[in-house]
Amino acid sequence: MAEVAQERKRPIDDKVHTWPHLVRAEFLVTIFVVVVLTLWALLLDAPLEEPANPTRTPNPSKAPWYFLGLQEMLVYFDPWHAGVVLPTFIIIGLMVIPFIDINPAGNGYYTFKDRKYEILTFFFGFHILWVSMIIIGTFFRGPGWNLFWPWEHWDPHKVVALTNVDLPYLVGIRNQTLSILFGIFCVVVYFIVGVGLFYKWVVRVKGQEFMERWGPVRFGITAFLIVTMLALPVKMFLRLALNVKYILATKYINI
Amino acid sequence: MALKDKIEEIKKDLVESQVWKAIFRHGYEDTPRNRVLMVTANVWMHLHPAKVRRHGVRMRFTWCMGGLTFLMFLMTVITGIYLMFYYRPVAEYAYADMKYLEFDMPFGMLMRNMHRWAAHAMVVFVWLHMFRVFLTGSYKPPREFNWIVGVLLLVLTLLLSFTGYLLPWDQLSIWAVTVGSNMARASPLLGHEGPFHEFVGANPIYDARAFLFGGGEIGPHTLLRFYILHCIFIPLVASLLMAVHFWRIRRDGFSGPSL
Repeated sequence: MAEVAQERKRPIDDKVHTWPHLVRAEFLVTIFVVVVLTLWALLLDAPLEEPANPTRTPNPSKAPWYFLGLQEMLVYFDPWHAGVVLPTFIIIGLMVIPFIDINPAGNGYYTFKDRKYEILTFFFGFHILWVSMIIIGTFFRGPGWNLFWPWEHWDPHKVVALTNVDLPYLVGIRNQTLSILFGIFCVVVYFIVGVGLFYKWVVRVKGQEFMERWGPVRFGITAFLIVTMLALPVKMFLRLALNVKYILATKYINI
Repeated sequence: MALKDKIEEIKKDLVESQVWKAIFRHGYEDTPRNRVLMVTANVWMHLHPAKVRRHGVRMRFTWCMGGLTFLMFLMTVITGIYLMFYYRPVAEYAYADMKYLEFDMPFGMLMRNMHRWAAHAMVVFVWLHMFRVFLTGSYKPPREFNWIVGVLLLVLTLLLSFTGYLLPWDQLSIWAVTVGSNMARASPLLGHEGPFHEFVGANPIYDARAFLFGGGEIGPHTLLRFYILHCIFIPLVASLLMAVHFWRIRRDGFSGPSL
């Protein structure tokens, strides 16, 4: 160890030969993983159910496990939103990360202190939202996509009261046009307030100087993506606590 | 002694022969020059740079996840080619071929299991790889573009796994793919259940999902489509992007703390 510390002082010695230092590690890890995979494949068979039958829909029908986060989102949003718009934003959001993150610290080493908010945001999006939704979808959803605890019997006849109402209805609006206007108002206010709060928060935590360096384009994209991401837990709360189905319900789109 | 000399002499004749020299360009002595040549003079090894920064070799830095994702890809290619010899992407035969593969083919079940578990492992590894790259900030300049290529490869990994899901042609496959493809049906404008579809004229047999399925429902055409996407199209695109991905790592160097 002392030798390593000493060599670090001389930048010119920072590099080692790929052969054998890296290739050796790759070789050993490859052997190990291939052996584990082979043993796994010997012990655990891939599933094969009865032949495909388009006339017999299983209940529940589940997507492959890595898409169950999206399927779980269908509980809270309509398919066009949960299945098309949000996945598109996830992919675009991942792609823009290098361009909206202008923090020069933490390039090539582990640090939490220097990039707290970046790491917490990623952690929230990936581990809390994406992975936990997959876990819920895989283990806690039974027939009718109803919630079941692992020790509960998957009863296909489980009675679940459908008490969800739209937000305008909940606040007492019965007129359709007014409902739509109120829904649009809520969505627009959510984004304006969300972006505004994010702006104030960034200025408070990072300072005005950072905001100027960050620029309006980077800020706008980041704020929009973060507020959109937070719409999922917000909608989950509205659904689970207040039985809200849609905030904005129209003939064409529902949010 | 005489025997040892003889062996040495034969060895010398061998490694100095024209055939040997035509194949192997350098010796195996542990010299700095040879260490570099082992990498730069070998088409497979030269995916690596000849020298890497010391910390980039450490497993606790890389978690080996990028390399293992690639390894899982190679495992699925090898086992997948074996499976392709016995599988016909035709609705009448596909399921019977699966049974045949499982019960009659030598190592058929093992190859199928390895293919499936490696595919699942590839999805997990590629997520962990992304997480690691995020944690070490390795997407920061000059590596922004390689992160984008990585996101595309992540999407392709999911699509590879998803298209393969249909091929066993059992209840699990068609219903999982039905559910997974419903999003195409709900695309705004382009899906027949999506918002504003009436302005485009999308209907159940003429919309985004029908384009994917080759018809209004999952059927024989879908099986063939997914087979071609799974075995040819997506692996080809993914391989090209992988070449770019690895090349960029070489060009930009391994990320690491500034010296």
